[in-house]
Amino acid sequence: MTATISERTPLHELAGSPPATGLLDDYALRELRRAILTAVAVPGYQVPFGSREMPVARGWGSGGLQVTLALVGAGDVVKVIDQGDDEGVNAVNLRRLITSSTGAAETSEPAEADIIQSRHRIPEDELREDQVLVLQVPVPEPLRGVERDMRELARMHAEADYSKMWVSLYEDKVRNGVITQSTGYPCLVGGRYVIATTPIPRWDIPRLHRAPFLTLFGAGREKRVYAVPPDTDVEPLTFDDVPFEVERTPGATCRRCGTAESFLVEIPGGAESSWICSDTDWCRRNDASSEG
Amino acid sequence: MSDVTDQDKGPDPAAELAIDDWVLKVDRLGKVFGPQDPAAIADTGPEFGTSKSPTTGSVVAAWDVSFEVAAGEAIGVIGESGSGKSTVMRSIAGDHGSSAGSVYLRRSDGTVEDILTLDGASRRKLRIDQLSVVYQDPSEGLDLGVTAGGNVAERLTAAGWRHFGQIRERASELLSRTEVPLERMDDIVRQFSGGMRQRVQLAKALANRPPVVLFDEPTTGLDASVAAGVLDLIRNLLEELGLAAVVVSHDFSVIEMLTSRCVVMHHGRIVEHGLTDQLLEDPRHPYSQRLVAAART
Repeated sequence: MTATISERTPLHELAGSPPATGLLDDYALRELRRAILTAVAVPGYQVPFGSREMPVARGWGSGGLQVTLALVGAGDVVKVIDQGDDEGVNAVNLRRLITSSTGAAETSEPAEADIIQSRHRIPEDELREDQVLVLQVPVPEPLRGVERDMRELARMHAEADYSKMWVSLYEDKVRNGVITQSTGYPCLVGGRYVIATTPIPRWDIPRLHRAPFLTLFGAGREKRVYAVPPDTDVEPLTFDDVPFEVERTPGATCRRCGTAESFLVEIPGGAESSWICSDTDWCRRNDASSEG
Repeated sequence: MSDVTDQDKGPDPAAELAIDDWVLKVDRLGKVFGPQDPAAIADTGPEFGTSKSPTTGSVVAAWDVSFEVAAGEAIGVIGESGSGKSTVMRSIAGDHGSSAGSVYLRRSDGTVEDILTLDGASRRKLRIDQLSVVYQDPSEGLDLGVTAGGNVAERLTAAGWRHFGQIRERASELLSRTEVPLERMDDIVRQFSGGMRQRVQLAKALANRPPVVLFDEPTTGLDASVAAGVLDLIRNLLEELGLAAVVVSHDFSVIEMLTSRCVVMHHGRIVEHGLTDQLLEDPRHPYSQRLVAAART
């Protein structure tokens, strides 16, 4: 029975009518855009918003997805990466959701994109002032590790009382000799609010400082959005005599394109471990240009 | 509200306790829990034998409390449990509000302000480097989940210290000054004994050289030999650092050891004040006499 139908009927007819476009209604979009405007007006301040149910589970990029949906239009081009990879399952799913529900076009080239949604990375390429970077954030509260009381957290942000954060850095240094926090390193934005730069690695932190582009952080599960507007100071919290350092493994080069100048991830293989660029699209282009 | 009090009990205590070079000046401080009804003032106090007003149901925990403290001097506040001494301390510290009066603080830069009028944020700033409190329970003044050094570092970073080496150095200096063994500097405070916790709390309180320190029963709960050690330490620190200190205690031996002047509180009022030695030798007020007699047996 099934066989007969598939022989006669094209697949798209079997699938029925296309899904309704527009994952967010106009009220949700308006509310989200207002929250984003507030976030841009008060750099680093976490603005609450009514995070809607998305066709992806909370914790799987629903915050970034909603921010992107609030910005994107049919004429826009989006790039979605997961850990720097355009072809990660989560990245592909989110990209399909965005393009199919809004009519936006997709790309893997950062230069062509109007909006770049990302989990864990900023593309290696220099982004421009007409581009927007949207980061998916699991834990927006930088002080969560040092204080659990929400009212106390609100007070600490309101009074810029970050001494507990400094104590945690002090304790880290005392216990381990170095500051071990790697991703989500706490940064002071515009000299006022401390943000969690979750979940990008330290490697990407200096690239947020006075960046020409707008960065929006969306946390769907925690219902918060915050922003680093263009040309804003982003200073990693560190002691005067303990310089901030980015990740770097001496001698490691990408096994595909051969560079040592990008954020590399390890491919475990016992004694035979090798390294590869985290940003796959950058790596592909770098590889092509070095061969050509 | 203070105008409802009856001041015909002899000379104004505030006037007699007045000194020229005060750093902290408590002026007719009052704290009423419950309805803020002036009637409560009229039917409470030592002569009524209660601090709970029968007409309004309010508790007049402290009323008309005035004293002044100069740099390098400690004043004692003594009384039994429920006499209002801790209320006075917490009102000065800003841990809870107050119903009447003023508390003036002369900052290290010479400016004077009524710290009861400050909002929460300014009061917390004040607590960083102008006015410290050493609590009876170290967990009130310390983060027990953090190392001894980290606790001191919190106060230092709050005051803007951002150099790890200098923070380390200052923290070890303070901890050795308060006789915490330096090899325990990087241990979590929860692992410390009561006496050691109290020494860490002292180091933290003194971190930014505040001109005023309040001590709330600093040795209550410690065993006798440890308490004697901590008392010795506090006395030496007071002399050496030239602090203005307010010591609240129910224990005459603490008051005797640390303070030169003291006030006796009973049912929320000051019933007697004077030089500590004199007061201990020759208490006037019947309540002071009972208190001293109890301490001497």
